[in-house]
Parts: sequence; C-alpha cells; structure tokens
Amino acid sequence: MKSAATIAPGRGYRWVVGIVLGAVFAVPIFSMIEFTLRDPTGGYSLNHWLALGDSGLASQTGPIWEGLGNSVVMTIVTVAVMLFIVTPTILLVTLRFPKLRRPLEFIALLPVSVPAIALVVGLAPVYLAISRTFGTGVWSLGLAYGVIALPYAYRAIQASVDATDVKTLAEAARTLGASWPNIFLRVLVPNLRQGLMAASLLTTAVVFGEYTYAALLVRQNLQTALVVVGQQDPFTGVAFSLLSLFGAFLLLYFISRVGSAGSAGTTRRSTKRKVRVA
Amino acid sequence: MHVRTTRGLALVAVAAAAALALSGCAGSAAPKSGDGASVDFKTVKSAKDAGGLEALVAAAEKEGALNVIALPHDWANYGEIIAAFKAKYPKIKMNEITPDASSSEEIKAAEANKGTDQAPDVFDLGATVALASTDYFAPYKVATWADVPDTLKDADGLYVADIGGYVSVGYDSAKYPEPKSLDDLLKPEYKGAVALNGDPMKAGAAIAAVGWASVQSGGTLDDFTPGIDFFAKLNKAGNFVKVQATTATIVQGETPVVINWDYLNATATEKVPTWKTVILPGKGYAGYYFQAINVDAPHPAAARLWQEFLYTDEAQNMWLKGGARPSRGEAMAKAGTIDKALYEKLPAAPTDAVLPTKEQSKKAGETITEKWAAAVQ
Amino acid sequence: MTTDTITRRGAGLTKARPRGRGLPFAPALGLLPFAIYITVFLGIPAVLAVLSGFQTKRGAFTLNNLGVFTDPKVLATFGSTIWLAAVAAIIGAILGVLICLALLGLPATSRVRTFTNAATSVLAQFGGVTLAFAFIATVGRTGLLTQFLDNTLGINIVENGVWLYSLGGLVLPYVYFSTPLMVITFMPALAALKPQWAEANLALGGTRLGFWRHIGIPVLAPSFFASLLLLFAGAFSAYATAAALVSQGAPIVPIGIENALTSESVLGRAGIAGVYATGMILVVVVVMFAYARIQQRAERWQR
Repeated sequence: MKSAATIAPGRGYRWVVGIVLGAVFAVPIFSMIEFTLRDPTGGYSLNHWLALGDSGLASQTGPIWEGLGNSVVMTIVTVAVMLFIVTPTILLVTLRFPKLRRPLEFIALLPVSVPAIALVVGLAPVYLAISRTFGTGVWSLGLAYGVIALPYAYRAIQASVDATDVKTLAEAARTLGASWPNIFLRVLVPNLRQGLMAASLLTTAVVFGEYTYAALLVRQNLQTALVVVGQQDPFTGVAFSLLSLFGAFLLLYFISRVGSAGSAGTTRRSTKRKVRVA
Repeated sequence: MHVRTTRGLALVAVAAAAALALSGCAGSAAPKSGDGASVDFKTVKSAKDAGGLEALVAAAEKEGALNVIALPHDWANYGEIIAAFKAKYPKIKMNEITPDASSSEEIKAAEANKGTDQAPDVFDLGATVALASTDYFAPYKVATWADVPDTLKDADGLYVADIGGYVSVGYDSAKYPEPKSLDDLLKPEYKGAVALNGDPMKAGAAIAAVGWASVQSGGTLDDFTPGIDFFAKLNKAGNFVKVQATTATIVQGETPVVINWDYLNATATEKVPTWKTVILPGKGYAGYYFQAINVDAPHPAAARLWQEFLYTDEAQNMWLKGGARPSRGEAMAKAGTIDKALYEKLPAAPTDAVLPTKEQSKKAGETITEKWAAAVQ
Repeated sequence: MTTDTITRRGAGLTKARPRGRGLPFAPALGLLPFAIYITVFLGIPAVLAVLSGFQTKRGAFTLNNLGVFTDPKVLATFGSTIWLAAVAAIIGAILGVLICLALLGLPATSRVRTFTNAATSVLAQFGGVTLAFAFIATVGRTGLLTQFLDNTLGINIVENGVWLYSLGGLVLPYVYFSTPLMVITFMPALAALKPQWAEANLALGGTRLGFWRHIGIPVLAPSFFASLLLLFAGAFSAYATAAALVSQGAPIVPIGIENALTSESVLGRAGIAGVYATGMILVVVVVMFAYARIQQRAERWQR
C-alpha cells in the first residue's frame, strides 16, 4: 500500500481537507446538539438529555424500539436483495450482456429520479396484493427498499466492477475449469468486496433513514417512530434524531470494521485455494 | 356566509349547517352480515346495537388492536388522550400510523391497505376531505351523540365534529408586541417573523389563514384574493418567513409569530412560557375536524370503542386542555361537567365568525392554486 | 497478487475456448430474478404513477392534465428544479472528489477510511425535516452561525431575509447530502487506480501532474460522470428538506407533486402529480442520453 502514496496528494492536503470540510459538515450537527442543551430557563444544561431517562418518557419511547427492530428486519431483507439479486445481475451483464449495461444503468437510476411520494402511489396496489397474499409483516417492505437503495448500491458495485477487470478474471478462472458459482464466490466477490461493502453500508443507511414508504404503506420503522416521539417535545425529537444518526454511524462503523477485517481474511484464504486449484 | 355569534361552538355551528347539508346523502357502504348469533361489529351503529358498552369493550379487547392515523401528539392534546386510552384499555394495542399525515393521506392509507390488518380504523379529518370522502365511512353514533349540535354532525352518523377552533395569531410576547389588527403584522417590527403552518396549497390550517386574512381585510369567503394579496404585501415587506412553523421552530425562535388555529398556537405556550395566542378583533374564521370510522376497519369494535371514548367527558376535557373547543363543549358547560377553569381560559371567540361552505372551499382551492405561488415569490 | 498470476497464466487459453459452454440461453435465465424483482417493485409502480397522470377521476383516459405544461409557471418550476439539482450535484461532486483524494493515501482498512465510510453513508441519507431543522438552527434568523458571525465579526447574513428559505439557499442542505454520496460512490473507482501505473509513469520520467492528465483523469472520468448523474437525480427528486424550509409556493417540482397528492385544502389534483412525475422521468431520460454521449466519449478517451 505504500505505493498508493505515489498518486495520493500529500499529508498536508489531507489535514487541510479533513479539518476544513470536517468542520463544515460538523456545524449543522453541532447546532442540533446546541439546541438540545438549551435550558428553558436560559443558559445550557443537560436537562433535556437527562429527561430521556425519565420513566414517564420511557413509556412513550416504546415505539422507537419497535421501529428499530422493524428497521433491522427490513435491512436484512434489503441487503439480501442487493447481494443475491442485484450483484449477480451486474456481473452477468458485465460478463455476458455488455449491451444491456446502459439500460441497466438507467433502470438503476430511475428510482432516485422520481420522488418517493410519486412512486409510492403506484406501489400501494402492489403492496395491497402482497399484504393479502403474504400478510402484512414488515419484512416485505424491505423488498421495496431494495428499489430505493438500488441507485446507490448499483453505483458502488458497478464502480468496483469497472475497477476490477472482471472479464479477464472470469475468463481466466473459466479456462482453468472453475464453475460459475465458484467464479462468483471465490474469484469475483473477493475482488469486489470494497464495492459490496459500500453497497451494503449504503443500503443499511437508506433503510434506517427511510420515512415516506413506511408512512404511506403504513408500516412502523425507525423514522416513523422518531416522528411520533418527536411530537411530544421538540427537544426530545432532536435528541432522538441525533441518537439515531449516531447509532446508525456506530452500526455502520462496526459493520465495516468487522467486514473489512473478515473479508480481508477470506480473500487471502480463498486466493490461496485458488492457487492450489490452479 | 357569516353569522353573529356570542361565544363558543353552537352559534358558529349554524354556519356549518349549510356546509354539512351540502355533503350529499349519507349512503352507508355495504355491510357484511354477521355469522348468526355473534354481532358483526362492522355494521354496529351504536353501543346499544352491540349489546351495551361492556360488550363493545369485550369485543374490542378480543380484537386486541386499534389503528389510528394522523393524530400528532402535540395536536389538541392527542398525546394525553392516546395515553389515557392505552391506560384504560391495556389489552388493546394502539398502532399509531403516520401521525403527521394530512387528511387526504388518511383516505389514501385506507385505500392502500384495504382489507388488511394495517388499514386505519378511524379517521380524524379536516372538513374539505371529510365531506368528499363519505363513501369510506361507517355510520356510528356514540352514547353522547345528542350533545353534539346537529349542525356539526351527519344525521346518519357517518361523521361528527370532534374539535373546532378559530384562526389566531400566536407570538412570543418577550420579543414582539401584541398585534391588534391584521395590518399591524405589516409593520417593520415584525420583520422576518410571521410564518404559517404549511402551504395553503396543502395544509388546511394555512388555507384557513388566507381565508381569515380575506375576511379581516373586508373580503368574503367567496373570493380569497384579498387574503392572498395580504400575504403578498407581507412578503414584500420582508415580514413573511417561508419556513414551515412547527413546535421546534417556535422553541428555536425562528418563527416567533405564527398564524394558526388557536388550539395549535396554545400548545406552544407549554414549551415557550412567553408565547401568547390572540384572536384578532373583527371577523373570525372557524374550522372543525371530524371523526369517522373506516367502513373497512380491521378492528371494527375497537374503532367504535375509541369513538365512545373520545366523546366521554374525560376525553372532551382533555381536548379542552389542549386549547381546542370540543364539540360537546356547550352541552357539557350546561351540564356542569366541563372543566370550568380551562373552558374560561380559552381565548374569547370572535363575535362574528365565518365558516366556508363546500363550494367556497373548492373555489378557494382554485384561487390559491392559481395565485399563491406568484404572490409569495 | 495471485489474481494477476491467474490472469497471466490463463490469458493464452482464453481465446481458444468457446465463450458460452452449455445451454445458450442459460445466462439469460440468470437475469430473470432481477427482471421479475424490478418489474414488480419498480416497473409496475412507475407505470401506475405515470398512468395516474392520464386518467380522469373516474378512470377514463385523458390528456387534459398535460395542459399544465403550457403554463409558464410550471415550466419555470421545472427549470429551477433542474438548476438547483445541477448546482448541488456539481458542488457536491467537487467537494466529494477533494475528500476522496484526501483519503486516497490511506489504506482501505484504516480507521479514518472506515470512519469516513460510515459517516458518509449516514450523512448521505440524512434528510427530511431533521436536516432542515439542523440548517435552520445553523444559518436561520436565530441560527448559531448567524449569531456567531453577527457577534464576532459584525456580519449580519440575514439582513435581507434568510437566504436558506429561498431556492438558492436550498443548495446548502442539498450539498450536505450530495457530498457524502459522491465520496461513497466515487471512492471505489479512485481507490482502484493502480499504483503501479503511477510508478510506471514516474519511472518513465513522467510527472505527477502528467499522471493525472494522461492516466488518472481519463480513467476516472466515466465513474465521475456516473456519480455526478446520481447526485443530480438524487437532488432533483428530493423534497422533504425543501418542503420544510421553503414551505410556500412549491418552488420545486417534487414539492408540487407532494402538494398535489397530499393536499387537504385543494382536492382532486392527483392527475397533476402523475404528469409532473412523467415530466421528471423525461428530464432524467434526457439527462441520461446526454450522459451516455459523454460516457462514449470518455471511453474513447480511455483507449
């Protein structure tokens, strides 16, 4: 990795960008924190934060835990869609149907270009059918979230596909007698792990931040719960929003640390195996 | 249309009569027949039909859930009302769907989830949407039905007013003087201070503010143009803030003067002690919200029990505590069951108040659609 | 790297073997799950949403709603929405690239990279009323930064009204969620630049600037434009934040759609929402075509 430094700008640049842009992006968050610290009697205090632990409020924050649980379930479904439906399709198009690339790109961009509120109008009848056939479990909303997350996940995956010469890799593995499932799992996936990781993180963030679909299709998730709780009191609302941002950040940080450590390990192992196969 | 009133709901209600009469006949949608001996709660029209309140409670507890929609906790004290219902009927799980939904979204949610256990059981709707959506309602009359003035309910029980109020000006008295008239708001001391609760193209409270400005400037409800002109002037003076007023923006100080329903403005006092609500002299503008039961309610008994609960003295007084005027208020005042202290604390009702008819609402919508964007640009 | 070894060893054999062994249509079958998925969750909803613009209240076909496009106000709204999305996307893309470059020198598993990954993923989806409030509390009339500038430097940034509550002011929060998105989507492409190329370039007497001009930028251009397009589309359709900040007069199309669909004061405008959505899809189609042209050029450049 030392050689990466030959392209990268110097350390000084890194510090300047880190401090200046870091500060710019921290200010609005800081303003929210400042707001929650304001004491009704003037000055600052931790009163609003301490009040979050009150038993009276605890009974009202129940929806948050339920919403959080639902969001986790939906996230699992949505990430599964990304990894098991979207990723193979991108690889297949790259390897075998390069002419379909632009159409696929357009499809992947469409969800982000139509406001969710307009798309949900058309989604309502679809969900009515799903609810009547498979029940109204929250998991099913994860499927619709796959579409919202598609533009972001697609870009992340496609970028790493473009950066990796998947065609040569796949053909090479093929000539060496590897089966397609093996090529996907042992050759391509390890090489695409950065893109897949980014796609999964983004997908998680999309699901945790989604409000419109849940609200209009009448499912409870983290964001709808935050709205319910936020209405009790603006301070509580902002405090919980901060907590959810921070919680999502911690979750993603944790996933990417475990993920990068884990996948780095498997890559090493699997490439070794590949050598043996070869 | 406007009427002389002295105070409270009953007299403004006369004006409501025309509006409600225009809502057309009340056809109840095809009820499914029950299976023999057991009561089909989808068709139950009163607690008596159900075999008394206890039978209704038992059935509702058996259903075990109630889906309510568009009930913001900071709206007319709904937070406390919901908490009280939960405490009284702990066996009924309350699902609060989209608390910040608009009235039309409530109807959309019913359509989008028809026949599933996710559909809203009950609606809380603004007049415009309520009058246009009677096909979605099941008729039901609560035990205290007679207390609600005839003019504020459908004769067949499809819908009934729950709360009402008047357009008011809320302001932070620590920073701003009390406005005495509409034109006061154009003065430089209110620079960058006056906000609305939403866009009149969308929000009922905001279009009411425009209608109010119209009648305050000497216009009528037949034409909202004077009201639009007022906001154009307000915008030109630099006094109009385009950010949507919420409790958070009021607390934060960004929207120190808000034109809104009196009961919504009153809520802010709890968070900002110096917040005051005034109903300006001159013509007032009244508005009501209506309760209705979804004809396809997945929990029909719980839906009806919720209605019964809302029209108890207890719940009506909770609404009153939220600064709203409950529809049984007059009757309760007569019977002496109203919380007198709270009732007298309400801002004095305008001596002369108007309420738009269905036609006037429609025309107002057209005028706003055509002129609003240009006026506030 | 071992993969390189495989590539080299396999290269000689590649051409000799026929590409598609087995059933000729088998690979096409692999596209089926995605095709079904996207039809159900995107195709049908999008078609229904568009069709809603061409139906009367009773469900009959009509072209009447298209009449809104003859209204200069509506066209102006489309124009300002495109302007807002383009400005936010370009600023977001530039800032995003600056951040990506800063991260380039760090190993992918470093704490700073992981931190940025997580933070950008969260911020890219941070929107709606909460983001609006964060900005109100920062540069609103009584915002933290507003007061700080006024108290310390004597600069009153809200003297002529709050900029945040205008179309131009919306650029601020839009850049706030666009920049992290750029970082996430562009970083993989930048990280994949092979250091060997730079070494080769230097070994052959090239300069760092020369590397970027002749190798870096041409290689990265397609990814850059693709990310830019995503940023544009995302900003083009965002509405919750804007609706809270500029809640009057629907200055951008998505707010117009939201108003038409959810209004409780003006009923029966669902069809308008449908044709607005159709208009938005058309804009994106046009932008997509322009993008495809740019990509073709960029790919030629790569050779």
